[in-house]
Parts: sequence; C-alpha cells; structure tokens
Amino acid sequence: MKSAVIVFPGSNREGDVVRALRMAGSDIQKVWHAETELPKGTDLVVLPGGFSYGDYLRCGAIAGRATVMDAVRAHAARGGLVLGICNGFQILCESGLLPGILMRNANLRFICHRQFLKVERNDTPFTKAYAQGQAIDVCVAHGEGNYTADEETLKRLEGEGLVAFRYSDAHGHVTADANRNGSMNSIAGIYSEKLNVLGMMPHPENLVEDLVGGTDGRGLFESLVSFAKAA
Amino acid sequence: MKARVTVTLKNGVLDPQGKAIEGALKSLGVEGIGGVRQGKVFDIELDTADKSQAEASLKAACEKLLANTVIENYRIEIA
Repeated sequence: MKSAVIVFPGSNREGDVVRALRMAGSDIQKVWHAETELPKGTDLVVLPGGFSYGDYLRCGAIAGRATVMDAVRAHAARGGLVLGICNGFQILCESGLLPGILMRNANLRFICHRQFLKVERNDTPFTKAYAQGQAIDVCVAHGEGNYTADEETLKRLEGEGLVAFRYSDAHGHVTADANRNGSMNSIAGIYSEKLNVLGMMPHPENLVEDLVGGTDGRGLFESLVSFAKAA
Repeated sequence: MKARVTVTLKNGVLDPQGKAIEGALKSLGVEGIGGVRQGKVFDIELDTADKSQAEASLKAACEKLLANTVIENYRIEIA
C-alpha cells in the first residue's frame, strides 16, 4: 500500500502516523500542502493531527482550502481512501469531504486522556481487524472535538450507518460520562457515504506500541494495509 | 473602499464560549445581561471603488472561507 501523509504548516502528528503506517507495512510519502498532485499510485491519503495554520479562523478552515485539498477531493471522488485524525478530521469537515463541524468542547477544556471507543461496524476498509461493538483503547487530545451537525445530517449519518466510532466505556457501552467533549450522539468518528473517507478525533496512531501502554490503534492501520493489498 | 463582515453563530447552535463569557459578566456583577453570543468581526480593505463588485467579492470571501455556513451566518456592511 502507498500512503501519502499531507503536511500543513502546524501539523505535528505526522511522525506518529508515519510510524504506525510503516509498522503495518505501508510505503509512505510525505506531501507538502502546496503540492497540486498526489504521488502516483497513492492508495491512502492521511491528514494528520496538529494545529494547521495555528487553528486561525476556525480549526482546519484554512488547511481545508489548501491547494493539495483539490487533489485529495479528486482522490476521494475516485473512491480512494482518506483518513483524517484530530485536526485532520476538522480539515475534512471544513473541506466539505465530511458533513458537520467540530465545535469547542462543551466543557471548554482541552481534553487529553486515554479513551475507549466503540467500533460501530467492522465491514469497512478501516475497521476489518476489529470486532463489531469492540471497545478499543486509544486516546484523545483536543480542544475542539465536539461533533455538531444539523438534525437532518445526523439522521442521515445514523440511518446510513456512517458513524464509525462512539466514545464509550471499557465495555463498549456508550455512556454520557464517556462523551467528554459533548459530541452529538457521542460521535468520535464518521465515514463518507461510500465509506472511503474516515474522520476521527481520537488518535489510534498513539497506541501502536506496548512500550506506551497499548496497541489497540494498530488494527486500524493493519485494516487499511490489508484492504489495499486485496484491492 | 472599506467593509466590515460580521460572522455570528446561527440560532440554536450551542455557544459554550458565549455562555462562559455570560457567566463571567454575571460573576463580575454586571447587571442586566440576558445572554451572550460570541462572533467574529473582519475589517476588510477593498481595492475596488465599484460597490457591486465589492459586494460580490465579499460574498465570495464569506462563502468560501470567512464563515462556515453549517453553523454561522454572516453580514456584510460596506462603508
């Protein structure tokens, strides 16, 4: 599999996601935001976390309109895989690739802690290595992760099975306590209509080493690599 | 030509920052505050003297970048 990791001014999690992808067996190229094309043969585009453009205006607003995003939109329209993590999720929402927006956390605090997520479905390119309903142990680190969308969009996401992950407890129960940023329906990640674009606030790339206390994040990257190999 | 663009949250969109400011004002003893909604103001210099051209540019600026119309409204005032 060939992955292109897009780097914006202010991205800071590209190193971790490159490492996680490499461990899963992917070739990787970093791509600067001013590029007009993706490397030939790109299977997966990753928008990493960080603070692109210093979160000026709105988180992800300026990066969402960067030159390279036209190429990312074209890649997604062809059915290519796109993964946006944290700031990358905000960029996907601002670029129109995913619906809704990430608002300031309801408690107004930057949250940074380990977090369980319930895997809503395991029949997508991103989640085949997990079980449906499994609670995976990853982490969150954000100030603007409060997923918000209008009623109609929310209904469509739920109706079409486009919710990827929800904030849950260790048993996969979606509780109010587990939803620390106030996201609607406890949404931690969503898919595009064709399930080829995933945006998520939590960081699976942080939990890929026993050394740091867990490896539940590996499944996502391994799913992607095995999907691309099979394709 | 100068213009001011004001971007505000749509009605019904929760505004935790506005709520926090409202709470702070109340705790400062400022009386008569019913509610606070936070927004953004952009003061923009325009190269053109043509008002309709300026309006078109400002509308494009709002739609493309300044406002996220999922949650925000914008108002354009040309001086």
